[in-house]
Amino acid sequence: MNRLSWFNTVSLTLGFAFLYIPMVILIIFSFNESKLVTVWGGFSAKWYGELLQNESFLQAAWVTLKVAVLSSTLATVLGTMAAYVLVRGGRFLGRTLFSGMIYAPLVMPEVITGLSLLLLFIGIGLDRGVMTIVLAHTTFAMCYVSVVVSSRLITFDRSLEEAALDLGCSQAEAFRLVTLPIIAPAVISGWLLAFTLSLDDLVIASFTAGPSATTLPIKIFSAVRLGVSPEINALSTIMIGIVTVGVVTASLVTKRQMVRQRRDEQNAERS
Amino acid sequence: MMRRFVLIAIPYLWLLALFLVPFAIVFKIALSDAAIARPPYFPQFDWVEGIGAFLAELDFENFVWLTEDDLYWKAYLSSLRIAVISTFLTLLVGYPMAYGMVRAPEEWRPTLMMLVILPFWTSFLIRVYAWMGILSNEGLLNQFLIWTGLIDSPLTILNTNTAVYIGIVYTYLPFMILPIYSALERLDGSLIEAAEDLGCSRLQAFWLVTIPLSRAGIIAGCFLVFIPTLGEFVIPSLLGGSDTLMIGKVLWEEFFSNRDWPVASAVAVVLLLLLIVPIVLFQRNQQKQQEAEQ
Amino acid sequence: MTIPVFEPWNDPEAKPLIQFQNVTKRFGEFTAIDDLTLGIYEREFFALLGPSGCGKTTMMRMLAGFETPTDGKIYLSGQDIAPVPPNKRLVNMMFQSYALFPHLSIWDNIAFGLKRENKPKHDIEERVQEMLRLTRLEKFARRKPHQISGGQRQRVALARSLAKAPKLLLLDEPLGALDKKLRQDTQFELMDIQEKTGTTFVIVTHDQEEAMTVASRVAVMDNGKLVQVATPDRIYENPNSVYVADFIGDVNIIEGTAKPTGPDQYDIAWKEGAEPLNVKSQNSFSDGQTCHLAIRPEKVTISADKPADADNAVQGRVLDIAYLGNISTYHVELPTGAVIKAQTANTRRIARRAFNWEDPVWLSWTATAGVLLAE
Repeated sequence: MNRLSWFNTVSLTLGFAFLYIPMVILIIFSFNESKLVTVWGGFSAKWYGELLQNESFLQAAWVTLKVAVLSSTLATVLGTMAAYVLVRGGRFLGRTLFSGMIYAPLVMPEVITGLSLLLLFIGIGLDRGVMTIVLAHTTFAMCYVSVVVSSRLITFDRSLEEAALDLGCSQAEAFRLVTLPIIAPAVISGWLLAFTLSLDDLVIASFTAGPSATTLPIKIFSAVRLGVSPEINALSTIMIGIVTVGVVTASLVTKRQMVRQRRDEQNAERS
Repeated sequence: MMRRFVLIAIPYLWLLALFLVPFAIVFKIALSDAAIARPPYFPQFDWVEGIGAFLAELDFENFVWLTEDDLYWKAYLSSLRIAVISTFLTLLVGYPMAYGMVRAPEEWRPTLMMLVILPFWTSFLIRVYAWMGILSNEGLLNQFLIWTGLIDSPLTILNTNTAVYIGIVYTYLPFMILPIYSALERLDGSLIEAAEDLGCSRLQAFWLVTIPLSRAGIIAGCFLVFIPTLGEFVIPSLLGGSDTLMIGKVLWEEFFSNRDWPVASAVAVVLLLLLIVPIVLFQRNQQKQQEAEQ
Repeated sequence: MTIPVFEPWNDPEAKPLIQFQNVTKRFGEFTAIDDLTLGIYEREFFALLGPSGCGKTTMMRMLAGFETPTDGKIYLSGQDIAPVPPNKRLVNMMFQSYALFPHLSIWDNIAFGLKRENKPKHDIEERVQEMLRLTRLEKFARRKPHQISGGQRQRVALARSLAKAPKLLLLDEPLGALDKKLRQDTQFELMDIQEKTGTTFVIVTHDQEEAMTVASRVAVMDNGKLVQVATPDRIYENPNSVYVADFIGDVNIIEGTAKPTGPDQYDIAWKEGAEPLNVKSQNSFSDGQTCHLAIRPEKVTISADKPADADNAVQGRVLDIAYLGNISTYHVELPTGAVIKAQTANTRRIARRAFNWEDPVWLSWTATAGVLLAE
């Protein structure tokens, strides 16, 4: 049933155009022959070639990937623990502080988080490098993971856990065999969220990176400060492409699962 | 019992060590003096000399400095102004979109949702960068406007506050749309029908019923835009000009360019104090939401 | 040949499987269970019956191990079970929502408890097969819970809870989600399975028909206390209070004052100027004591003319008729304003019904038809 008024249609069209046109332009001009990213000089994929030969970019990409995988995995573990504690922990000493520490980083400006972590590392004499970025990313990412997982845990049917206990599981077994498999989608989205946040982070990485560790966002930022460059367009297109493939795949998979589930349920009632 | 303790302790200690302690350190350094040293502040905590001597050297000099130099309080005010205006603009763009999404046919919704989420997952830096090419004097927007004959000479948009507003709305739009969408989705359609049945025009029903009932979503969306925008760095740095005063930029420059860590820390502390009120309010709002849902 | 009657509660030698001893359970200010003492014997199909909030679910959860008593002790086979966590008890529960693990197949759901015991694979397979056969689910073993119907899910929940051959099986409103026809069939199935496996069943329900059908004994509860514990027939025919009489089935309550007129015989003055009611009661009442006569509608005979030698007869007007196909319940208004329900089988077709609205009728019953209760 289409209840869209003309106003709705206009606002949706304009809105999505606003969201997507800049990215489309970015992609188009990554194939621009001319170095000027504002004048079309013909179709060329040479910038991609140049990009793939750019050692420092490749190195930065590798570091960024390493950091992202490490920090998101660690953040998922810590964040899931934190979520479990928040939802099931009941009352314990310092609970308000704990929940405050979990929610605050979500809205804290990155310059503050970055600065404070850098000062910590210097204060305890920790050399800045890849590990310090990982520590920093893990810390703020675990809060996002915790929010995602706790919102799933809240709606989780506790009688399933009780049934597991009733049938002989210890608390840990019940979590491992029943709760975790069922909340797995939320845990996975938490991981993906942490991964993206890490991949994308500029400010915190700038503060906490060492001389040997340059991440891709840092490189991109120093490049674009000088102005627009088609190599960056090429890089952007690649990144947008990867994300698009990921998001579209995830959407299709979820949709197919939902359709299948609904069909199964309908068949079940009929039989 | 032991297990429970460990379960709570691990994330707790991590956050204490890597979240709370750093803030304490920022505060301490805000009370220190700048020094040509590595690290560039003085005094440094020396176990030998002890706490007394340590505390004696600390002072509020940096905070006083903040009030003396025009730059800082102007930057705070400017940041506040920009944050408020951008939040409002984002709301203006985001609400109709969320509303349109809710009224769209059921089959479209997953796709529309995906279209909103995709920018959210795309690199923030890249999306801001995209506007650089569009808003510059030789950029596509000016080219387009000149080509259509609307203007004669290029508008200076890049490196002004206007570009910053556009950049903020662009990057934070998904954060506004998603909470409003989910609040609107939960709205019972029959309430609108009841309002119309009782004599409201479509517009009145919207104003008197829909908006108040989506209040929770609006508030959440506004907080999610306002609070980070206050300390935003990348957007004013890339899209703003030298006269774009935002506190995030000031902090960065104090730290990296001027190497004045104590002042940077003092700036951070004041920013944090400014943010405590909205952050606490945000948390309260979230808690109330969660409890309402249970 | 007499069939031995199953009545361990009347056997002084028998030791109960479950013993609640002065158990109290408080949740903050609220007292859910109030100083409750009860013995449940092996092989019983025991029903905890009562309205929402009466404490029956709390009792069940204490047996399962999800709550511990605030005061008092609970014994299972003579052992205090308070220190035993739910996963170590020989008690299993069938949850109201079934709580089937959505990510596991039916087969894996049933095998779940057995795997916790580290049994050899072959034994597990055999046992699961047995359970599938018992609940007629062999065809669905590989499916997942969302791929089978509600009634089938209920059987899976039952099979899963019986797989470990527990001493005690707790059933939390097991038939609530089923439609009426399915519910009736399943009730008999449950009774069958209980007898076949010899397990002690404790069922919690608010549906008194269900309790009466399946249970060997019923405990009627109210506000955390046991009001009456007896076999279904005694609960129905000999309720110990107006509460129980009213809770189970339909009942007419007539309030009056008693006057002893002989051994076990009383005259009940129920209305000024009307003939006192003639009641035989084993409960003793003093002269002038307020009492309530509880009489079931099916024990009240309705007739057009005054019956010749009925112990009790009152006159009234038909106020309403509830036609239920096989029976009709006549709501008869007495001159006092009270309404008495009389129920008769529709032995004749509706068109040839003897009574109609507004007809003057006589209601009659014997001296032993009702139960005289103090309160």
